[in-house]
Amino acid sequence: MAGANGVGKTSLLRMVCGLAPIESGQILWNGKSIHAQPDAYREDLCYLGHLNALQESLTVNQNLAFTTALAGNAPDPVQIREVLAHFGVRGRGEQLVRHLSQGQKRRVALSRLALSQARLWVLDEPFVAMDEAGVRMLANLIASHLGQGGLAVLTSHQQVDIGTMPPQMLELRA
Amino acid sequence: MNARVIHWFKFASPQNFYVLAGRMWPWFATLATLLAAVGLWISFFVAPTDAQQGEGYRIIFVHVPASQMSMFIYLVMAAWAGFGLAFNTRLSGMMASALAPTGALFAFLSLATGALWGKPMWGAWWVWDARLTSELILLFLYLGFLALQSSIDDPRRADKACAVLALVGVVNVPIIYFSVKWWNTLHQGASVSLTKSPTMASTMLWGMLIMVVACWMYAITIALLRVRNIILERERHTEWVKHALE
Amino acid sequence: MKKLGMLSVMAAVLRREVSVALRQKGEVLTPLVFFVVVASLFPLGVGPESALLLRMAPGVLWVSALLAAMLSLQRLFATDYTDGSLEQMALSSTPLGLLVVGKALSHFLLSGLPLVLMAPVLGLQFGLEGRSLGILMLTLLLGTPTLSLIGSIGAALTLGVRGAGVLLSLLILPLYIPVLIFGAGAVEADAAGLGFGGHLSLLAALLVLSAFFAPLATKTALRISLE
Repeated sequence: MAGANGVGKTSLLRMVCGLAPIESGQILWNGKSIHAQPDAYREDLCYLGHLNALQESLTVNQNLAFTTALAGNAPDPVQIREVLAHFGVRGRGEQLVRHLSQGQKRRVALSRLALSQARLWVLDEPFVAMDEAGVRMLANLIASHLGQGGLAVLTSHQQVDIGTMPPQMLELRA
Repeated sequence: MNARVIHWFKFASPQNFYVLAGRMWPWFATLATLLAAVGLWISFFVAPTDAQQGEGYRIIFVHVPASQMSMFIYLVMAAWAGFGLAFNTRLSGMMASALAPTGALFAFLSLATGALWGKPMWGAWWVWDARLTSELILLFLYLGFLALQSSIDDPRRADKACAVLALVGVVNVPIIYFSVKWWNTLHQGASVSLTKSPTMASTMLWGMLIMVVACWMYAITIALLRVRNIILERERHTEWVKHALE
Repeated sequence: MKKLGMLSVMAAVLRREVSVALRQKGEVLTPLVFFVVVASLFPLGVGPESALLLRMAPGVLWVSALLAAMLSLQRLFATDYTDGSLEQMALSSTPLGLLVVGKALSHFLLSGLPLVLMAPVLGLQFGLEGRSLGILMLTLLLGTPTLSLIGSIGAALTLGVRGAGVLLSLLILPLYIPVLIFGAGAVEADAAGLGFGGHLSLLAALLVLSAFFAPLATKTALRISLE
């Protein structure tokens, strides 16, 4: 999804998630309106907005353990450690989120995607404020997700190559 | 069947209701004035002087209708709120907001007239009997509703939040009333009660009834007028409002 | 991945809240200190006459506990709202109502329970004796969870709103009145020889009612605040 600042990309993404109310029209998942099947839809959904959704007073491990628990899964410390390493924040599991840099916090937030089993990823400007390596890593992650039959809806200012699958472009204009 | 349904829901659109309300309110206003005039005339001139309470009791002709109205308006508000939450209609929230200040006014009036009655009767401006205390708490519930409404900027969110509050309140009102009665009897509180009116002459009952209906008409009039203002304000970005205001 | 049951998820919520509280001990202790200070204001206001204080004690302690419990309600959802965690909770596959119950339970554990334990100490200052102290604690134990549950409704309604703190108080204090009446009334009734069983059953009934309905109202209010 592309468009200038303020045109409503975030609002539309939040509607897709079912957070914001819809004036007219519907959002369908598996042929049914998302509001008719809220529980089933949320099981298939993973949303990453502008905010990191990390509790500053807790450690990285505690945060990710809670995220996994919310999804109804028992936290697996080994898997969490691996994911953190993959995202370039290796060994920072026991650090308080407060003590991480902005970039590191963002990576921890992104690592939620790797831990999630959701089919649909809704990402709001995931590439913003990431260095080249980070952009590469995220693009590969999304590509492999798509390769496994997943879906991703994302907004971005930049042109990013995500694997071989051509994206469906939606441009919003005021 | 289909045609009838469409006809009814046509008025769920603020624009159509604006026109309907504009046509309705003068009727209610007229009825309110007439009935109030009759009711007040009965209360002041026709109803006999009470043996025990003298002339001062006449204030119940305002006090009792005001209390009843404050309660009933809260119920109606909560009904609109529930309707709005269930069917996601804009107008329901506006109706609830239109009713709230009037309900608060009646609650306050009930307390004020209660005090004015109490002072000559029992020598105290305020007694903590179950009814007055419950009325006070009802006023707090109204004030809470109004406060929440004014602190949320987005009108849609304000309406929905106030709707939840009104529904929570309406469930709590019987519980609060029951607990206050309990509290009152436990403490063997004021043996005076504003509801303890011995046999009422039939003229008194008629006067009261007419005043109640007059208050109803007044409340509907004010609500219709207020909702028209709310509609204009909320929908001010639409074409029809720009035309209407020209 | 191993699946978690509902209770385990709620336990995860509790664990999270307690972990945060342990790192922010001040926030847990402040309402407790507030409780002590406010309760001590009353004798300073009405004079130290022991008969009067004894008479006032249940009401004063209940009102002070109620106000102290209310103080910490604002933070129930506020931090999660600002950092985006609340959004994630609303979008998770766990029912939001369950998460709300977990939050309310953690509020009770972190703010209600300390009040219950502190109350007898203050009760002694007012001249309450053993049996009355016990009844007071029991009423607070039954009442403070209800306060947390009802309070969560107010906290959810006022998220991100101007003047949220005072507004929250205005909204929920009227709703707290039945709990106050039955809670404080129990001690007095017992002292008057009328028995406190009725009061306790009513408190228990209020707890059951609010455990059932409050999460419903709170989760609706949360979704409205997140729109």
